Amino acid sequence: MARMTMIESIRSAMDVAMEKDPNVVVFGEDVGYFGGVFRCTQGLQKKFGSQRCFDAPISESGIIGAAVGMAVYGLRPCVEIQFADYVYPGYDQLASEASRIRYRSAGEFTVPMTVRMPTGGGIFGGQTHSQSPETLFAHVSGLKTVIPSNPYDAKGLLIASIEDDDPVMFLEPKRLYNGPFDGHHDRPVTPWKNHELGEVPEGYFTVPLGKAATRREGSDVTVLAYGTMVHVALAAAEETGVDAEIIDLRTILPLDLEAIEASVRKTGRCVIVVEATKTCGFSAELMAVVMEGCFHHLEAPVIRVTGWDTPYPHAHEWEYFPGPKRVGAALKKVMEHT
Amino acid sequence: MSKKKSEPGSLSLYVPEPECRPGDHPDFSEMLIPKAGEARKPPVDVDPMDIHDLAYSVIRVLNKKGEAVGPWAGELDDDALLEGLRHMMTLRAFDARMQMAQRQGKTSFYMQALGEEAVACAFRMAMKPGDMNFPTYRQQGLMIAGGYSIETMMNQIYSNELDPMKGRQLPVMYASQEFGYFTISGNLATQFIQAVGWAMGSAIKGDTKIAAGWIGEGSTAENDFHSALVFASTYKPPVILNVVNNQWAISTFQGIARGNAATFASRGLGFGIPSLRVDGNDYLAVYAVAKWACERARLNLGPTLIEFVTYRAGAHSTSDDPTGYRPKDESSTWPLGDPIERLKAHLILKGEWSEERHTQAKAQIESEILQAQKAAEKHGTLHNGPHAPAGSMFDDVYKEPPIHLIRQRQEAGL
Repeated sequence: MARMTMIESIRSAMDVAMEKDPNVVVFGEDVGYFGGVFRCTQGLQKKFGSQRCFDAPISESGIIGAAVGMAVYGLRPCVEIQFADYVYPGYDQLASEASRIRYRSAGEFTVPMTVRMPTGGGIFGGQTHSQSPETLFAHVSGLKTVIPSNPYDAKGLLIASIEDDDPVMFLEPKRLYNGPFDGHHDRPVTPWKNHELGEVPEGYFTVPLGKAATRREGSDVTVLAYGTMVHVALAAAEETGVDAEIIDLRTILPLDLEAIEASVRKTGRCVIVVEATKTCGFSAELMAVVMEGCFHHLEAPVIRVTGWDTPYPHAHEWEYFPGPKRVGAALKKVMEHT
Repeated sequence: MSKKKSEPGSLSLYVPEPECRPGDHPDFSEMLIPKAGEARKPPVDVDPMDIHDLAYSVIRVLNKKGEAVGPWAGELDDDALLEGLRHMMTLRAFDARMQMAQRQGKTSFYMQALGEEAVACAFRMAMKPGDMNFPTYRQQGLMIAGGYSIETMMNQIYSNELDPMKGRQLPVMYASQEFGYFTISGNLATQFIQAVGWAMGSAIKGDTKIAAGWIGEGSTAENDFHSALVFASTYKPPVILNVVNNQWAISTFQGIARGNAATFASRGLGFGIPSLRVDGNDYLAVYAVAKWACERARLNLGPTLIEFVTYRAGAHSTSDDPTGYRPKDESSTWPLGDPIERLKAHLILKGEWSEERHTQAKAQIESEILQAQKAAEKHGTLHNGPHAPAGSMFDDVYKEPPIHLIRQRQEAGL
């Protein structure tokens, strides 16, 4: 076991996957010689050569469209979109193409492609480096959407994504790259080296897509979260003393319906914590899943804690970001119902 | 045509208009049509900078008399030309039957390639097994010239129980790995950059296969066209970028996609991509240029852009009526003629064909198409079924169905 940051574990995943399968290729803006603006692909070009890891033009529709073609050819491209906020020019290639090629050709053609992108806020990135667009992928039939919360999962899930025979959107919460951020922005940064999930095997392993993980067992209330919000929820549970069961969804599509239903049926209460905007966001889908599957077990209305329905602000980041104070308040509120 | 005045304080928007609208006399007098045989033929490893003229010219082989002339002639023997004629006649007869089948309510929709049969049929003959086309919805000639089963195409059009696409796609949206025909998207232009990516894959793997991307002149305005040209110029993969300029994008004339400036072929020049313009209704010219471009790709010399100048003689689709936006007789005055008539005249001139044999062949092809149609209809039509089992609509969303789809399928009782 080695101690890795999430950047190192993501890099290690691509390294392992490229070593194992010569059909894995990596490209994107700044990912070749330089190794990516977040350094996730550092060293890959040197190790595997510029045929398998290279820079791409600043064209997200081109990067994703070319990756679709390569995947159809038989490669397993793993491409990087520099920030999730920049994915929109490539969205047509995801929503209309990658997601439907297996279906519309009845399996004649397939797209085993992974699209990585840093997501979420907490780094003073303003509206163009902070968005959480996962709902836009989860809403598209045919795409899978993965959002890890720690270095161990990031590596295992990324290898599983690259090996998956369907297109996978792999969203990396950028605020977690260097440590498990719990929303207390005024406190010193905790590095992954002091965290048990910063312990990552150096070789090959996978974490299956579509399986949630219980980060904290509890009996009072179920918290559904993913990415950065897992750590915020853990902090909120500790600070309020509410015995929360914290489910880290890890993959939002396919969604682990059984894990969600089992936990909410057990606790009878549910708080949903999602960094993205509220209206029509994935938090709404989670709310619907709980209502459809667990209504008769609920002892209190389900509460959502999310980003506000505004563009992501710059100076007011911490008033926007759903931190432990807001999550803690929701935990207390959901417990008030008797 | 409104022109901007160069007086201060009188700004106005320039909106290009076609030369003719319904009621007008069709007029192609402004169209540049070089004589057959006039365009030069450079070596395949030519410096793209040295052939800019070919992006503004029109490479033509068959002259008015039906003779094959100039440096691009002589690529095909008589048997190959007779086969080409048969492919085009088959495509036309197939289109006519399927157009009629739609009118008879046997399917929802159809799109003919009427008038532009030479483009896909001739191009296909320059490709090899294993190569991949990323076509638009009007390149069914690639399938027919490639020897794909007519009956299976009809099964797809009818969405019947033998439809390989299991009733999931609109008619004409075929797909076949074996026949090098990538699954058609109804979204325009998306396939153009995918063709480049496929060819990049072939190059990365040190393979020998090449790709051809296809796009209509109207959808060159989409961003995928431009990203395709960027990626093709950057990585120089073995791809041929085909622009089929059939003059009309539904009701929109070609000037809306390009302004009244330059040509579609010349779009490639700024990218350093060799770009040629060819008479799309000249089977021999299409084949010769396709062969030139395929050879470049196979020799690892990189991409080629080709503009096929042709004319969409039919409606855009069965949902379209072109008399609402262009003169009725425009197609009959198209100066590059009809591809079947031109190849037929050439073969007759050579003593390889006759009116009589042509009539016989036409009747025989029509009878074969009719037989195929009858066979296909035994397996169902769109509104009368049978179709693939309804439960199969839940298949192939993913390789393995996730729990939410399993539950929805149960809920649907399928």
